[in-house]
Amino acid sequence: MAHAATAVSEKSVWDGGTSPMGASYGKLMMWFFLLSDAFTFSGLLITYGLVRASHPAFEGLPGDFEFSTIHWPIPEKVFEAVPFLHGISLPLVFVGIMTFILIMSSVTMVLAVEAGHRMDRKAVEKWMLWTILGGLTFLGCQAWEWTHFIVGTDTATVKEVFNVETGVWDQIKITGANLHVNQYGPQDFADFFFFITGFHGFHVFSGVMFNFLIYYNTVTGVYERRGHYEMIEKVGLYWHFVDLVWVFVFTFFYLV
Amino acid sequence: MAHHGHEPQVTVLPPDKAKIKKLWTVAAILGAITGVEFIIAFTMPHGAAKTFIFVILTIVKAGYIVGEFMHLRYEVKVLFWAVLIPILFIVWMLVAFVYEGMKMPVFM
Repeated sequence: MAHAATAVSEKSVWDGGTSPMGASYGKLMMWFFLLSDAFTFSGLLITYGLVRASHPAFEGLPGDFEFSTIHWPIPEKVFEAVPFLHGISLPLVFVGIMTFILIMSSVTMVLAVEAGHRMDRKAVEKWMLWTILGGLTFLGCQAWEWTHFIVGTDTATVKEVFNVETGVWDQIKITGANLHVNQYGPQDFADFFFFITGFHGFHVFSGVMFNFLIYYNTVTGVYERRGHYEMIEKVGLYWHFVDLVWVFVFTFFYLV
Repeated sequence: MAHHGHEPQVTVLPPDKAKIKKLWTVAAILGAITGVEFIIAFTMPHGAAKTFIFVILTIVKAGYIVGEFMHLRYEVKVLFWAVLIPILFIVWMLVAFVYEGMKMPVFM
């Protein structure tokens, strides 16, 4: 390796001609890009925590919880729907399934990396296909979850709005949520839901695109001719990071 | 690599059984921790203790993903610290925001 060679001369590993970090330029840049991306996601999640803390929490037992635009919702009361099981309260079950799908696609990705080290093209193709399938399934789940969140529940939430012209408080009924109204809680809750899960979902979408690209290059023998499968490793780092972010989103958006 | 008219000869090595087993073990640990989080979510009352446990478990999961899946544990020490030390800035951001957020506004 590069570090062993420098022991002979008295030059420092930083004097050039070697890779002091033992990784290629592309891999290092992927690491530092992911570091900067971690800052972005941290900014979103920390702001979420602060804005949540500045709103009143629901006072009372979780069993008595009702949606209101005044207090911040309990996440498990918002995310309790599962496809094909309308009307049954299954808190966090669907998001649990999504977490499982993403962890599994992370495993198949790292198995593709392992196969790449062995120059095993067939195995790389197999594991990359599983990874792409996992990514697409996750995106499908998220599309369903967004649709459900936007459409809303069967019973509307009543919000009191002061009418400037008549001088009285009007009661308006809200179902669903978007960037203007939110039946589940304060407007900020819906906004953060769309921004945080949306930003993560866009990362997953980009990841699926990259995964497809390296799958295509594997099938057409680009990496075999190149003599190494390092591209799988680099895109793999990105894919694992997407899983890593989801771990934090899952905790701070859905669990706490 | 020299240019040949035909496809290059590739030696495919056999699967590294020990390594693959380890990867599945890590996946099982991640799944198990998530399971524990679910149990805590529905059995413990909301409060600081619950949040603290969630944060610890999340950091453990992050450690496994970054250390094993992203292979950072086995990289050269300089790279390892070059990635980890800047995380201190995120800690700083968190502490600074919480500290500022707890200050009482002067007009109250």
